[in-house]
Amino acid sequence: MTSAIELKDLRKNFGPAEIIRGVSLDIKKGERHAIIGPNGAGKSTLFHLISGRYNVSGGSVSLNGENISNLPPYEIYRKGLSRSFQVTNIFPRMSVFENVRCSLMWVSEYKYSFWHLVDREKKLNVRTMEVLDEIGLTSRQHVPAGVLTYAEQRALEIGIAAAGGAGVIMLDEPTAGMSHSETDQAIELIRRITAGKTLVMVEHDMGVVFDLADRISVLVYGEIIATDTPENIRNNKAVKEAYLGAESEDA
Amino acid sequence: MSETTNTLTGVMSLSLTKRFGPWFFLAIGLIVLPLIFSSNISVYTMNLMGIFIIFALSYNMLLGQGGMLSFGHAVYFGLGGFMSVHFMNYVEAGIVNLPVFVLPIFGGVIGLVFALIIGSFSTRRSGTVFAMISLGIGELIASCSLIFVAFFGGEEGVTGDRTMGPVIMDVDFAQDIEVYYLIAAWAFITIALMYLFSRTPMGRMANAVRDNDERSEFIGYSQQRVRLISFCASGFFAGIAGGLFAINFEIVTEENLNALTSGVVLLMAYIGGVGFFIGPIVGAVVFTLLQTLLSNYTEIWQLYVGVLFVLTVMYVPQGLTGILAMHGPAFKMKRLSVLFVPYLRMGVPTLFMLAGISGFLEIMHHVRSAAVGETSMSLIGFEFDSHGVMPWVIVGVLAVVGGIVSKTQLPQMKDAWETANAPMDSNEGASS
Amino acid sequence: MFELVFFSLLNGIVTGLLLFMLASGLTLIFSMMGVLNFAHASFYMLGAYLAYTISLYVGFWFGLIVAPILVGLIGAVVERYGLRHVHRWGHVAELIFTFGLAFLIEEVVQFIWGKETKAYHEPEILQFPLFTFFGQEFPAYKAFMIFISLSIFIALLLVLTRTRIGLIIQAAISHPNMTAKLGHNVPLVFMGVFGVGCALAGLAGVIAGPALGTFPGMAVVLGSIVFVIVVVGGLGSLGGAFIASLIIGLMQTFAISLDYSVTDLLNLFNISTDAESALRDLWTLSLPQVAPILPYLLLVLILIFRPTGLFGKRES
Repeated sequence: MTSAIELKDLRKNFGPAEIIRGVSLDIKKGERHAIIGPNGAGKSTLFHLISGRYNVSGGSVSLNGENISNLPPYEIYRKGLSRSFQVTNIFPRMSVFENVRCSLMWVSEYKYSFWHLVDREKKLNVRTMEVLDEIGLTSRQHVPAGVLTYAEQRALEIGIAAAGGAGVIMLDEPTAGMSHSETDQAIELIRRITAGKTLVMVEHDMGVVFDLADRISVLVYGEIIATDTPENIRNNKAVKEAYLGAESEDA
Repeated sequence: MSETTNTLTGVMSLSLTKRFGPWFFLAIGLIVLPLIFSSNISVYTMNLMGIFIIFALSYNMLLGQGGMLSFGHAVYFGLGGFMSVHFMNYVEAGIVNLPVFVLPIFGGVIGLVFALIIGSFSTRRSGTVFAMISLGIGELIASCSLIFVAFFGGEEGVTGDRTMGPVIMDVDFAQDIEVYYLIAAWAFITIALMYLFSRTPMGRMANAVRDNDERSEFIGYSQQRVRLISFCASGFFAGIAGGLFAINFEIVTEENLNALTSGVVLLMAYIGGVGFFIGPIVGAVVFTLLQTLLSNYTEIWQLYVGVLFVLTVMYVPQGLTGILAMHGPAFKMKRLSVLFVPYLRMGVPTLFMLAGISGFLEIMHHVRSAAVGETSMSLIGFEFDSHGVMPWVIVGVLAVVGGIVSKTQLPQMKDAWETANAPMDSNEGASS
Repeated sequence: MFELVFFSLLNGIVTGLLLFMLASGLTLIFSMMGVLNFAHASFYMLGAYLAYTISLYVGFWFGLIVAPILVGLIGAVVERYGLRHVHRWGHVAELIFTFGLAFLIEEVVQFIWGKETKAYHEPEILQFPLFTFFGQEFPAYKAFMIFISLSIFIALLLVLTRTRIGLIIQAAISHPNMTAKLGHNVPLVFMGVFGVGCALAGLAGVIAGPALGTFPGMAVVLGSIVFVIVVVGGLGSLGGAFIASLIIGLMQTFAISLDYSVTDLLNLFNISTDAESALRDLWTLSLPQVAPILPYLLLVLILIFRPTGLFGKRES
């Protein structure tokens, strides 16, 4: 089993503040891996380090065996790692259809072409419709993405991340702010859309975590205190201590 | 599934009339316009409009399409003009033998080259800093133009003769109307090219970078590269516009590169509406009309343009095209007639108010700046003594009464607007 | 030679300090509200014109005090009714608004005062040479300009770092939401800072008007240089703006007074040039000629080698 993402003693400082203090983690290919932890543990920061939004202060990040530390986000994406954002980060003035189509363009080899007309590119448009269908937004395709409901925007967020067919998909709190039924639908969407791929997920909703994850890592104050199967994490003493006293999210 | 295929067919094969209709009408319109407006001043104005349309559209590739605010776009316009006028002189001197109508290409090329050089470092930043950089570079090049006299001709600029090229089909471009058709042809080609550019993957990503430059990087695109390509394309078309300017006016000066021209193109694009492809076209037409017609009637037309611009930025940021587009839903629901009377009831007092304010400004301007002893002025045909009391009273009454009545008409205007835009039945994709 | 350097140094400092008076107001406004006030130099112009008119009736000194206050009030009104309204559409819209404002102010100034240069002179009491060095005089008015500039900075520094209102301003600059939640009236602070920034610009106009001329184009001339200073110094850094202002002020003054050309440089290496070549402009290029573009060259260099400016904060 090869590793999809390997973190070796990863560190991140903002000035004197150490946010990530030596994280080592090995996420296997095809695995569904959840990262949980109290607020302020550094989960989003970890995502930013892996996906290229922040530069590392120490240690390294590898994707499929290749060192990707400090590469710009677009190069990491081209190597097969795609991510979604905790705060919805879509293209608000463009239609839902265009949002999805844009996320497909690079992987469809169009690059910076100004000699193709997107409206005439059959394969591209067919694939866009397929993704729209998968995320359930076909009926809203012409609507500007900025006016979608919150849950629809979260679905679009996941769609943009997964559409390009990246081998490793990272979702940052995909179900944040969703109602119970919306969360159930989201879980199904995530399961479908990441079938056969490596999934790394930050989540607060324990129900989602225990439903989807093969393994869970617990991040506390920038360090991983445990990595194990859901069952073992549930019974782990150190994990329970970390959550007691700090706010634990209700499932 | 049928919904999928229906929408797909919808996306990919609009009926031929829908796809080519507007272009057909544009072409016909361009051909027919000078037959309707045939006076010399009309042709002069239309030539200027054509040049500004291309210039403003090129600017909007940056602002409206790419989200990049530039205060130095005139650089590419001016350089294009200078390059073209030099080539005109080469043609005249016999060094090269090219027909005049291809000269704008050289303008475009130099615009492209300089956009590439300058864009290589200026597109690394975005937003406010990019705007300041563009201002600085614009000033740099405008100042350089007064130093490097060989290329820029110093204070007098560079002149050329457009009739010195090879005569093709009896056309030597001595007449303005011949230049009109040259400009119209180039306008049609460049409008088409710029529109098509916006429908390419690059054009789509330009929109994406405008909306969310950070996220663009996470779907595989370097935002700097996208901005650079937009910048280069925009410089190319601005250079073509400059070349046409050179052919039309046969003189290019430092003014065509400077901050004022950069400001004017921003103004044109913004007033027209940067969020729409045709916005800058509308803006260029309106501004050219203001500049050529209005300046005949009043000396303070620039003041009016300034006020119009600030009011647009504050209250109508979507521009004139945006105002038209706002009527779209009512138009589709065939409820435009609902607005007719309310517009009249609101519009007429507002017109009076504006006439009063404008009259006030005109009289004041005349009093202050006319030669000593000259007390009679004329305003829309009326001659009167600007130092008397009556004119002040009249404009005062117009302004105040017009203003008050307009204000009283506001509620019924709002009601009419709501009625016109009320949703017809459920079924529209209203956000749940 | 020495007196050349000496006077260029003094004149450069006068210019630099004047530029800093403009750049500091601009930096304050930018740090606080994130908007680069394109119309900043226009308020400078308003200061000069208002002081001119006031001085016609009640003298220079009255104008010195009243004009900046008037300009500050106008600035506050602009912020309250204009900028605040446009704020919701983001920084680009704010920038376009201030750009339109700059254009409008120039038109209004021409409308009210006309297009000719105004005879705005320094007060008689200051119309004497402060000292004479190697036969060249240094006007007392320039010393006065230095005095006023320095006093303002010291006052600014003290207010920002030692007073309560200064602390509130510093807080509101970095964390406006939190400052508001602590009960401070942040919109009022914004309006106040914008007003004070404009008043600073107006004051610069009041003292610069007699020296640099009072005419409708005066905003354009200085405006772009001030923006260059702010970018070169690093957006949001008062210290950077100070250093950049002095550098540019000195650079320009020295360039104007040292009349050397490229030909001189080449002659040093015994290279001669062809007076008729197409590049003849390049060879005859002299320092005084290049002086106007030096700030912009500095801008390009900084952008290539140190994009965030000399002391700029890294963008998050």
